[in-house]
Amino acid sequence: MNRIDNLFQTKKENILSIYFTAGFPKLEDTIMVMEGIEEAGADIIEIGMPYSDPVADGPTIQESNKVALENGMSMKKMFSQLESMRDKISIPVVLMGYLNPIMQYGVEAFCQKCKEVGVDGLIVPDLPIQQYQEDYKELFDQYDLRNTFLISPQTSETRIREIDKQSDGFIYMVSSHSITGAKSGISEEQIAYFEGVKAMELANPRLIGFGISDHATFMTASSYSNGAIIGSAFIKVLRDAKNLKQDIKTFIQGVKQA
Amino acid sequence: MIKVDEKGFYGKFGGAYIPEMLYPNVEELKNNYEQITQSDEFKKEFHHLLRDYVGRPTPLYFAERLSEKYGAKIYLKREDLCHTGAHKVNNTIGQIILAKKLGKKRIIAETGAGQHGVATATVCALMGMDCTVYMGEIDMERQKPNVERMRILGAKVVPATSGSKTLKDATNEALRQWINNPVDTHYIIGSVVGPHPYPEMVARFQSVISEEIKYQLKEKEDRENPDLVIACVGGGSNAAGAFYHYYNTPEVRLVAVEAAGLGVSSGKSAATTALGTSGVLHGSKTLLMQTEDGQVIEPHSISAGLDYPGIGPVHAHLFDSGRGEFYAVEDEDAMKAGVELSRLEGIIPAIESAHALSALKQVRFNSSDIIVVNLSGRGDKDLDTYIKWGGY
Repeated sequence: MNRIDNLFQTKKENILSIYFTAGFPKLEDTIMVMEGIEEAGADIIEIGMPYSDPVADGPTIQESNKVALENGMSMKKMFSQLESMRDKISIPVVLMGYLNPIMQYGVEAFCQKCKEVGVDGLIVPDLPIQQYQEDYKELFDQYDLRNTFLISPQTSETRIREIDKQSDGFIYMVSSHSITGAKSGISEEQIAYFEGVKAMELANPRLIGFGISDHATFMTASSYSNGAIIGSAFIKVLRDAKNLKQDIKTFIQGVKQA
Repeated sequence: MIKVDEKGFYGKFGGAYIPEMLYPNVEELKNNYEQITQSDEFKKEFHHLLRDYVGRPTPLYFAERLSEKYGAKIYLKREDLCHTGAHKVNNTIGQIILAKKLGKKRIIAETGAGQHGVATATVCALMGMDCTVYMGEIDMERQKPNVERMRILGAKVVPATSGSKTLKDATNEALRQWINNPVDTHYIIGSVVGPHPYPEMVARFQSVISEEIKYQLKEKEDRENPDLVIACVGGGSNAAGAFYHYYNTPEVRLVAVEAAGLGVSSGKSAATTALGTSGVLHGSKTLLMQTEDGQVIEPHSISAGLDYPGIGPVHAHLFDSGRGEFYAVEDEDAMKAGVELSRLEGIIPAIESAHALSALKQVRFNSSDIIVVNLSGRGDKDLDTYIKWGGY
């Protein structure tokens, strides 16, 4: 069974997904960071595939992309690092990245490789629904990869229903109209949006991301959804880490409990 | 047939590959721009401003001495005489009226050399709208006078400090800021790039160029169609405008000229059709200079306006379908062509436009041919570059 399906069937709340960029802070840190995330008790690992032009990302993740590329990270390198990840990692792994590097790798070859190393799902922010249905869905399905779409406070109810229909893993709720890492804290306006989507009783589970950085924001977001995603705040921890594994553990456990 | 389909594709290229956060903005534009721009009210205001403010129609000038030199009848479409010094303002006038009709309060834009930034700051001043222009930190240094022009016009100029700190990154930054301000802000893209409907919308605003060429040539030569139209291509908005009404007239040869930089194979080039492969950048599928791994390669051209790693999807289609002829001109040859026009006709062209002129040396044509070269901008902004180059 796909690990994402399994997770959402067995756990309904306070799901914590942690994003980091492959090959950051150092090229060979990828697996160690993943181990740290799993050992600290997070539920999903989101691996960012670095890209030269990440338009949906704020300065922190832009920088981690840049550093990873300068470190020599590439799709091939990443897959070679992930080759034996399932010896060590048992929680769901999702790859997040922009469409162009996937296209250049070859979509089918990419999906095949994902399946081979044990990736469970994909988040491709600049792959629109229509293109997904026409050119990608069949391949994603064939290799048992769950696809996650984003929604934002600007997304209409009709569109959210359409996205819900097309999704088969979870829905990524962008918490505000912003790029990653741009805002901190959760406003009343955001709460109203969380409540509105919750009331829609969608078929797919929802995780809230963007602007989630600590225990308080994680708990608030989780109370209106199945859990939350932390990216930029975690990248900062990696960037400033003195002892990588220990600092990962301290941060994630601090998010889970005050 | 060169025509955009309803999904925003020209053949294999185009579309709208955007994060969901941008979907409502782009959808709002897509659903409304056609109706708004076809309305009599819009057309009246657009044409009024093009005439009385921009100074259109721009002349179609028979360049006698240049013609003599190259052995054909060469006309220059004088976009360099537009207010603000280049064709860019045709598009910003169209988009600012559209933004007003959509009820937007703020304008954002990207700029490379600063020409589109100046054209945007200009129309924002004209309409009393708040204006922020994103510009690569390195370009701000290279193009200081344009930065100050924008500031005098009341615009805020924000440095893009990510990536290579040039046009590509300024575009990324403008897209990010649009995600952050989706409700009250309109993003005026400066070229025929970006997600659908931008490429077609910008091309239509620029199509006034070929609309005028047709009737001006009719007056001068008693024919609407030249044998060749030559234009430079970075993103490709002046070329799209000069080609637009000739796309489906196969007897008119459409010649697009890219920047070869230090040479197509030098690693310092912006010759996208020669070096690029199909990929997705800034919201559309197009030809793109990129590594095998799909990372975008930094382009190089002496002309900041051609210094872009992609090309508008319509041009990718012109290339792919064989409808367009593509040439690449090196920095040095473009500079020489700029000086040549200055000496022969008393017109100092923008270095972008000098690339189109230099192609006259490469393109084969008959002595009876009528050639229109789109002179997209004037060289005032490039004086520093001419001086540093020094070969005159």
